[in-house]
Amino acid sequence: MLYQAGFLLVLGFLAVTAVINVRANMQARGIPMDFSFWDNTAGFDINQALVPYSALSTYGQAFLVGLLNTLLVAAIGLVLTTIIGFAIGIARLSHNWIVARLAMIYVETLRNVPLLLQLLFWYNAVLKPLPGPRQSLSLPFSIYLNNRGLFIPAPVFASGAEWFALAFVFGLLAAFLFWLFAHKRQVQTGKRLPVGLVTTILIIGMPLAVFFLAWQPLSFSYPELKGFNFMGGWRLLPEFVTLLLGLSLYTAAFIAEIVRAGIEAVPAGQSEAAAALGLPRKLALRYVIVPQALRVIIPPLTSQYLNLIKNSSLAVFIGYPDLVQVFAGTVLNQTGAAVQIICITMAVYLVISLATSFAMNLFNRRMALVER
Amino acid sequence: MDEHEATLVQDAKTAIEIRALNKWYGTFHVLRDIDLKVANRERIVICGPSGSGKSTLIRCINRLETHQQGQIIVDGIELTEDLKRIDEVRREVGMVFQHFNLFPHLTILENCTLAPIHVRKIPKAEAEAIAKHYLAKVKIPEQADKYPGQLSGGQQQRVAIARALCMSPKIMLFDEPTSALDPEMVQEVLETMVALAKDGMTMLCVTHEMGFARQVADRVIFMDRGEIVEINRPESFFANPQHERTKLFLSRLL
Amino acid sequence: MTGESFARQAIFVRNKDANVLPPPVSTRGFVATIRQNLFASAASSLMTIAAFALVAAVLPALLRFLIFDAVWSAPDGELCRATRAGACWAFIARKLPYFTYGSYPLDQRWRVDVMFGLSFVLIAWLLWLGAPARRLAAILFFLIYPILGFVLLHGAPSLGLPIVDTDLWGGIFVSLIVAITGIVISLPLGILLAMGRRSPLPLLAIFSTGFIEFVRGVPMITVLFMANFMLPLFVPENLAPDRLLRPVIGVALFASAYMAEVVRGGLQAIPKGQMEGAEALGLRPWQTMQLIILPQALTHVIPGIVNTFIGLFKDTTLVAAVGIFDFLRTVDSARLDPAWAGPAISATGYAFAAIFYFLFCFGISRYSLFVERRLARKRRR
Repeated sequence: MLYQAGFLLVLGFLAVTAVINVRANMQARGIPMDFSFWDNTAGFDINQALVPYSALSTYGQAFLVGLLNTLLVAAIGLVLTTIIGFAIGIARLSHNWIVARLAMIYVETLRNVPLLLQLLFWYNAVLKPLPGPRQSLSLPFSIYLNNRGLFIPAPVFASGAEWFALAFVFGLLAAFLFWLFAHKRQVQTGKRLPVGLVTTILIIGMPLAVFFLAWQPLSFSYPELKGFNFMGGWRLLPEFVTLLLGLSLYTAAFIAEIVRAGIEAVPAGQSEAAAALGLPRKLALRYVIVPQALRVIIPPLTSQYLNLIKNSSLAVFIGYPDLVQVFAGTVLNQTGAAVQIICITMAVYLVISLATSFAMNLFNRRMALVER
Repeated sequence: MDEHEATLVQDAKTAIEIRALNKWYGTFHVLRDIDLKVANRERIVICGPSGSGKSTLIRCINRLETHQQGQIIVDGIELTEDLKRIDEVRREVGMVFQHFNLFPHLTILENCTLAPIHVRKIPKAEAEAIAKHYLAKVKIPEQADKYPGQLSGGQQQRVAIARALCMSPKIMLFDEPTSALDPEMVQEVLETMVALAKDGMTMLCVTHEMGFARQVADRVIFMDRGEIVEINRPESFFANPQHERTKLFLSRLL
Repeated sequence: MTGESFARQAIFVRNKDANVLPPPVSTRGFVATIRQNLFASAASSLMTIAAFALVAAVLPALLRFLIFDAVWSAPDGELCRATRAGACWAFIARKLPYFTYGSYPLDQRWRVDVMFGLSFVLIAWLLWLGAPARRLAAILFFLIYPILGFVLLHGAPSLGLPIVDTDLWGGIFVSLIVAITGIVISLPLGILLAMGRRSPLPLLAIFSTGFIEFVRGVPMITVLFMANFMLPLFVPENLAPDRLLRPVIGVALFASAYMAEVVRGGLQAIPKGQMEGAEALGLRPWQTMQLIILPQALTHVIPGIVNTFIGLFKDTTLVAAVGIFDFLRTVDSARLDPAWAGPAISATGYAFAAIFYFLFCFGISRYSLFVERRLARKRRR
């Protein structure tokens, strides 16, 4: 009790001194102490904004733009890194010696080189030196790569588009329900229904039918070279591509190790028991190995997801307008309201981290083993 | 000649035939020149010191281990690299492991119905009925909805036996089924195995439980350093071992 | 066939031991290994071919860039701008002092060299398992070395060492200072936080847990910004912390939260019986911690600590965000030198930096694996 009281006293004393000093210093240096800057005009442009934004928007709106950019790169990055990470983790365990070795080289190289160096490499040594729009690298599906960005076809929605979208969603839903039904039926009666065929028909056929019936309300705007630039399509900033690529590849190296450790953690006896029962390798993986591996994989996987989200803040080094670059960078420089801005930024990341941890913990709990 | 031997004679089809089997781990010659014929409904106990290759031998029978030379023919199907044949053999051969190897993320019932549903394509309701039948046979029907982590070692091993039986195998292999159990639980598992034997199952059992061998075995095989040293009927085997090494082994054991 | 004869047929007694033979030729040796590992199945063979194609496409170009077409010595960027030129190692050679010392005055660089030497000796002493008097090394490392180091590098006019402002520090030496100081501060702090988190006193536990979870939930850059912009506000004007000190404190605070989790893992691995045994012997809680629990926990967590150090060393690259010229930043700024400008310069600079970081981090992690294995052997007995 005494110790706690003492500790509280010391902490309180430090806190009070700190606050007094901070206020005095802030006043002395003319640093704003409130949030009034929020509604002031920003006066600067942002080259990637998911919501309408211009130099006449407020700092508050700039904050929103930065936040959305962070969430965008984080969301797509998480999906990409999971796919790449799992693929390389499984490759690490391959019986094929050369595939396993290549995967190991990937993992060891990317894990031991700082992320910032990798980002700078992709940005300065790969993307920036690309030729201009007139000599773009053409990729299949009308995708072009040059030093002004990655240009991809963009969907254009005409008047009947809602029906098309609805049909697509409906097709997806119906396919999913059918898949569930077929699985259940197979377990109950042992008979298999042609799941692959039916789901394909539903997902592609339904929207296609509506598409033609509604006189093709969906078209694609293809990037085309007009003069010195591309018109049409979507332009993905080189900064965005760099950050996405760099983050995904880097985190995938760590995820690969986690996946490998997870699968290796499943005792060999489990594979043997499944094999002894006559389960073919694919079914053994699906029903016995992977569910058990996921238990070991999920906690460290959550850590890596959080790392990816936090590492997106390295955008400030390559000029991608994420939350840190826009808000804790430009806005902070212009307004000088360091304390408020940094606190808000940290709070935002804390909320995102907590939300992600919470979601992953729910998933983890569903997978927990029941013990005595 | 008792009833069991009579059926052995009538039913004299070979369940397992092993000819000139040789296996190496790298350069280590772990199984040397094994020749063995196991008849239908026969019960065989394999014993021997550790490192003698007994576990390796029975694991070769359901291809958990591969052999480099010789032939293994199970229920008329020869074991080669052909995956289809291997799966066929594994459907007819059940195995019980020393460390049970139950699937911890599935309930007892699900453990037992997994293979019948996905391998034999038996409808779920029927598979569950079969599972409950065998769980009753191993005397733990009430545990069906529990998870393996909630059961004792002896109960888990009995579930493992039931799980193997749910696939209606023609042959059962036992790899030291009681070695990982606490002494008070060994008996319940042995009783289950005896009951299984009495039902006429072809069994190959690697074990140190000599009482079980005496009670149930048709033949006892002694293996040492990768080769079969002696085979005999249990009475003769224990009372009158012929080979020097057999005598040495038994003297250490008893 | 009667039952008797069946049984008699099945009886067998070995009269001659089977030969111990070497494995058959087709299953061993080079050809077999290749077959099993690379061409075991159709899918595997396809993958092998694809992999070889990939290596064939990438490796020659890489080797040509790094070695065969590289320019190894040149006075300026002229040769490096030639069309078929590869990596411009001449550039690296010329800029190496800058990459190592930053803008530290030329005649005072011996002080940095002394620091490097001292650091190496102390760390080797601490990490070498068989070394004598490691406790002495620990005291030296955590208490005397920082002060000595600071005096040596920054300067003490009374000792005849002119002051060298931290603005001039840069390169590998700054990266190492940030990383090593980070470790020196974060390890004791991390231990305190870990113990605080496990403390039965609720206030202490809440505070420790809160601090740890807060630091682990925010990006390192925001911590650096906070240290850079907010630390000067916490103290009166005249005590304003130095430009280099601020991010160092930020890095140390950040690392201490991760270190706390590593130590906590180690403490959790100690069986409860240890505390009970110590209590039974009459040791007081603090003595128990010091003499029995912590030494064991720390041995358990050496790999975790080393991993945190590697992560820390990689994270030092972020101090460039607050204007510190760490190693990566010196490379990044050197490549803009107009005398050396050329198409291969950026790639050369980054390749050099990557090789350096890779050797350093990979080397340390291999050593840590080695230590882990040695410790595991000791424990297994």
